[in-house]
Amino acid sequence: MSNNQSESVTDVVERVVAKHGRDATYMVQILREVQEVMDWISPEVMDELQAALGVPRTKIEGVAGFYSFFYLEPRGRYRVLFSDNITDRMLGNRVLLDRMCSNLWVEQGKLSEDGLVSVDTTSCTGFCDQGPAVLVNNVAITHLTDERIDQICDLIREQVPVVDWPTEFFEYQDNIRRKDLILNSNIAPGEAIRAARARAMAPSAMSLGRGDHARAEVESLRMRALSPVECMPATHENPGGSVTLISEMRRSNLRGRGGAGFITGLKWEACHNAPLKPGQQRFVVCNADEGEPGTFKDRILLNAYADLVFEGMTVAALAIGARRGFLYLRGEYRHMKDHLEAVLSRRREQNLLGENILGVQGSEFDIEIHLGAGAYVCGEESALIESLEGKRGTPRNRPPFPVTHGYLDQPTIVNNVETYASAALIMIMGGEAYSRLGTPKSAGTKIHSISGDCERPGIYEYPFGVSIAEMLEDCGARNVQAVQIGGPSGVLLAPSEFDRRVGFEDVPTAGAFMVFNNGRDMFEVAKNFTHFFQHESCGFCTPCRVGTSLLTNLMDKLDSGHGSPYDFNEIEKMNQLLLSMSHCGLGRTACNPVLHTIAKFRHVFDKRLMSDDFVPAFDLDKALAVARQMTGRDDEGAHLKTMVSFGEH
Amino acid sequence: MAKTFTIDGKVVPFEEGETIIQAARKAGVYIPHLCYHPEFKPHGSCKLCTVKVNGWQTASCTMRAGENMVVESNTDELNSERRTLTQMLFVEGNHFCPACERSGECKLQATAYDLGMMTPHFDHFFPNRAVDASHPDWMLDFNRCILCSLCVRASRDVDSKNVFALTERGIKTKLIVNSKSGKLGDTNFSVTDKAAQVCPVGVHIRKRRGFAVPIGERRYDKAPISDLSHEAAVEVK
Ligand SMILES: Cc1cc2nc3c(=O)[nH]c(=O)nc-3n(C[C@H](O)[C@H](O)[C@H](O)COP(=O)(O)O)c2cc1C
Ligand code: SF4
Ligand code: SF4
Ligand code: FES
Repeated sequence: MSNNQSESVTDVVERVVAKHGRDATYMVQILREVQEVMDWISPEVMDELQAALGVPRTKIEGVAGFYSFFYLEPRGRYRVLFSDNITDRMLGNRVLLDRMCSNLWVEQGKLSEDGLVSVDTTSCTGFCDQGPAVLVNNVAITHLTDERIDQICDLIREQVPVVDWPTEFFEYQDNIRRKDLILNSNIAPGEAIRAARARAMAPSAMSLGRGDHARAEVESLRMRALSPVECMPATHENPGGSVTLISEMRRSNLRGRGGAGFITGLKWEACHNAPLKPGQQRFVVCNADEGEPGTFKDRILLNAYADLVFEGMTVAALAIGARRGFLYLRGEYRHMKDHLEAVLSRRREQNLLGENILGVQGSEFDIEIHLGAGAYVCGEESALIESLEGKRGTPRNRPPFPVTHGYLDQPTIVNNVETYASAALIMIMGGEAYSRLGTPKSAGTKIHSISGDCERPGIYEYPFGVSIAEMLEDCGARNVQAVQIGGPSGVLLAPSEFDRRVGFEDVPTAGAFMVFNNGRDMFEVAKNFTHFFQHESCGFCTPCRVGTSLLTNLMDKLDSGHGSPYDFNEIEKMNQLLLSMSHCGLGRTACNPVLHTIAKFRHVFDKRLMSDDFVPAFDLDKALAVARQMTGRDDEGAHLKTMVSFGEH
Repeated sequence: MAKTFTIDGKVVPFEEGETIIQAARKAGVYIPHLCYHPEFKPHGSCKLCTVKVNGWQTASCTMRAGENMVVESNTDELNSERRTLTQMLFVEGNHFCPACERSGECKLQATAYDLGMMTPHFDHFFPNRAVDASHPDWMLDFNRCILCSLCVRASRDVDSKNVFALTERGIKTKLIVNSKSGKLGDTNFSVTDKAAQVCPVGVHIRKRRGFAVPIGERRYDKAPISDLSHEAAVEVK
């Protein structure tokens, strides 16, 4: 967390690299752990890494340069990052940021003159229900107030190590407001794995769907021929158990909770059926990147229901025949790592992970935690896998898909945290019973992260099919102008649509639910989201790399009163281009916030339009900003407003 | 019977494992492209080669051909979107074509001409990128880099040197070289490297030889880039 003066650069790098077996696929983990001690990735660190790992410098620099939490320039011993989601803005984060900057005498985004501290913004850190929030050296502090900011400034000035700051700073709440299936569950560790085993051993025809009959018969014959121990779904040795578990999943109709809604059973089946080349194995990956602004439900699941999630991953491992699993935890959730590691070790002691799980010979599975380092795109499953392999988080060309060519080109399932939690419960209650929850096309329950203008922000679990109006009522939202569902890449709903219902057949969502009351300027919302996409574009493909920048420039142009209806056509055209040519979902959804706002809240754009015709984006006064900064002037004479005011009067 | 699919109505045979662009060029059908090069693993990043396969857009340099696929490529809709992509690439970097040594040989310029790009349309970004002239025989003018990664792939896969790589992300993505100083002169790059021969634009420049071919006789003066006759000459130097 802070400099340990006694350890040299060489020692630190050597220790960290050795810990990871000198394996460059751990590059992201290695960079993070080295930086936690050294505060940044200095040229000397790079030299040592190059020598210790035996990889080209370009590889290290390419990876380090990709992730926003790695610093190739000094950023101080205290690195403060203000979460900058629209919900943080609504709670006044900008005022607090300015307060801190002036208190510490530092410019946003720059290193303080004494090299002690830097203050900047970062994408949503997952504390929208208790913001404004910051990360200080990757540790979260929520509920910021003027007083707290001043206290933090004092601690930094006095150079108190972050570990010694008052513990109440680091307290945060789960804020669980409505429980249903998952949040009400209270299973004993191992219960879902035992239930899965029991199912795998006794595949009664009753529990099978019609299409599975023939296969089930063959399967049960084979089962009977095997001794009890062998017929455990002990990883790869026993495809019989796998088939039963996968049919159970398919019967549940569970669809992925990470956004795309792919049928989980089908994904597991495809991975299970993918051929293995000699030396290859299958992998289970849990996607805890939770980068979609406004989403924080996976944080709560991992904080309060970690066993359930790991149980689901273990069941998945039994089903597809995997020995290794990864939890890809977003860098913003670094503060949960110790807790999660503790749960994992306890589970190993309880014989729920590791070798001979629950005493079954040959049943083997373990989970490693990999941390991200500030990149929303790493939530995209193939980018996530690249990151797991220690590379830049660039989405892959697909096909082939991860189920056949995933981690290190081997069959891999990637599922959301909530998907695994649901899978564990399906093993206990059965797919049939699960499928009866929710709606016909959206089985089960969904956990929502509610934030913004409401009395009771927090976590709400509902069966699918709940209406937006009901959710607004429950969280105590009044005078609501709009709700953004599923985050910036989701949909913006106006009051006339509040009778619509959550579900894949109507309003799909990955879990974000941001409420905006009548006092909010919806243009600011769209602008914030547009900047988010620009900041998070990985830069791989032309349309998104350049398009998201053009779009933010356009929004800023409109904001400064230089827009015209001509620009709306430009946005529409840009959207078409990004939809048809982008490499991944980020680019394809990057125009959504602006398009939805134009369609539903056109007036917020109209009031910013200066003329009915085209107006050039070039702004002479703005171009002089650099000169003003250099001369330290900001008086009237240093501005070129004259032309505009002539026109107006 | 060879398996076939159609591009804009024309029947194109293909072999198992071939991408759409590979099969197309064998059949004499040009699909615009910038980051694709027949000798390297496709990258799929510039998106110029996007086609519609059974109604869905996809990059033809990474998409494998399939039996009976219906591919659209030379349509107004796709060409107009490709033109926008070239405009984006032009405004993203600093491309002062009249002063560029590679003018007339540049695939970005030639592709833009061929697609009928008349103006940059968007506001220029005017990024601030320094030129690297540290190498005795070679110069890198990063102002023109379109991040196609061809020199990266060539140096890694053919020269086994890893001289080049991309770093940063988003609009800040940039090309770097493999040395502590960040200068080409401090790498083991050599002018005989494959990486020296693949840049589709004018980043990689040989020193002490400029404007050798007179205007009017340069590669794309003679025939547009869509004329497949000189594809072999361009790409298999
Ligand atoms: C830009 C982008 C970001 C994504 N972020 C996440 C994420 O943070 N968490 C997640 O579970 N899925 C995310 N996804 C979806 C994943 O690609 C993938 O579909 C999902 O992890 C599959 O799990 P599921 O089937 O359980 O939903 C993202 C997709 C895209 C295109
Ligand atoms: S769409 Fe954006 S995020 Fe996705 S690959 Fe392209 S540049 Fe990267
Ligand atoms: S220098 Fe040329 S070949 Fe290399 S990435 Fe840039 S444009 Fe491509
Ligand atoms: S040529 Fe296919 S994406 Fe560039």
